[in-house]
Amino acid sequence: MRVAILTAAAALSTTVALATEADLRRSESFDAKQDRIERSVALFGEMAKVITHPRCMNCHPADNIPRQGDEQRLHRPPMVRGGEASFGPSGLHCNSCHGSENLAVVGHDRDIPGHDPWQLAPASMGWIGLSVHEICVQLKDPARNGNRSLADIHKFLATDGLVGWGWHPGKGREAAPGTQEILGELTQAWIQTGAACPK
Amino acid sequence: MISFLVNNVDVQVDAPGDTPLLWILRDWLNLTGTKFGCGVAQCGACTVHVDGQARRSCVTPVASVAGSAVTTVEGLAATAGDGREFHPLQAAWIEVQAPQCGYCQPGQLMQAAALLGETPDPSDDDIRNGMAANLCRCMAYVRIRKAIKLAAQAQNGGRK
Repeated sequence: MRVAILTAAAALSTTVALATEADLRRSESFDAKQDRIERSVALFGEMAKVITHPRCMNCHPADNIPRQGDEQRLHRPPMVRGGEASFGPSGLHCNSCHGSENLAVVGHDRDIPGHDPWQLAPASMGWIGLSVHEICVQLKDPARNGNRSLADIHKFLATDGLVGWGWHPGKGREAAPGTQEILGELTQAWIQTGAACPK
Repeated sequence: MISFLVNNVDVQVDAPGDTPLLWILRDWLNLTGTKFGCGVAQCGACTVHVDGQARRSCVTPVASVAGSAVTTVEGLAATAGDGREFHPLQAAWIEVQAPQCGYCQPGQLMQAAALLGETPDPSDDDIRNGMAANLCRCMAYVRIRKAIKLAAQAQNGGRK
């Protein structure tokens, strides 16, 4: 009996690990590509699975209106970016409704998402409607990425709490693929291979 | 025990931390001016201020306001600091007869006060954006906007 339980636990563990790998490949799985630029482009393509996921894109609108849900519908109730701080218009900040953690609501199939802080990405980082190439170019451009270096971008993607929320979105939302740790590894490898962008 | 200020009065409540602030205000403290509308932060009827910022009390766990200052519509007039019976917004609300059924109005007033707190002379766009998440089924929006402008004018010493 004990063997059976252990076997089942091992199988479950393997399944979970495989699911993570399947969702988002680790950086070493691109090592076989000999051409450095080709490898870098492929690494960004993998990163883009996270970057273009609704958990990230919903807060990177190009039209100053946040999106909601896996279907990326317009935010309800109506909400706009506000000023440069990007946390809502005068008097109505994002945290008027979004607390410091996800909130379960009795009788509803989705949590109200929460994190401190909860806000949109800067207007210069509007991604909705852009191609992966355009997002990549924007991400590297200090004039449009909040004056971040590539090292800053790595640190942000690998450790920022609001980015990390994408893997812990609460009930009723799909988590971003893989893990934040894998995204961090991919980003580091992308930078080390020249931070090339897909065409 | 969770301690915080409500309308400048110290309160302590022995309630589960995830109890919505709205129920503490209404059922424990008998401050029934704040209304229950949707319960999911979609309508704004339950708006109060927490440390001066608008907050939907129906989705605010009471534990999250420990040590904070909560203001409800019952305490709004006192925040004007001029000793008058009504806050300039409440006076303007009366002057233009903004409410119809009135149910959403405490939330509208608290949201408008948060708006004027940040933008004393709001444009139509400021009002539209800042008040967009406060619903009124009587469609009193035109009068509400008029009252906000009137209150802003009064607060700014009649300048416009």
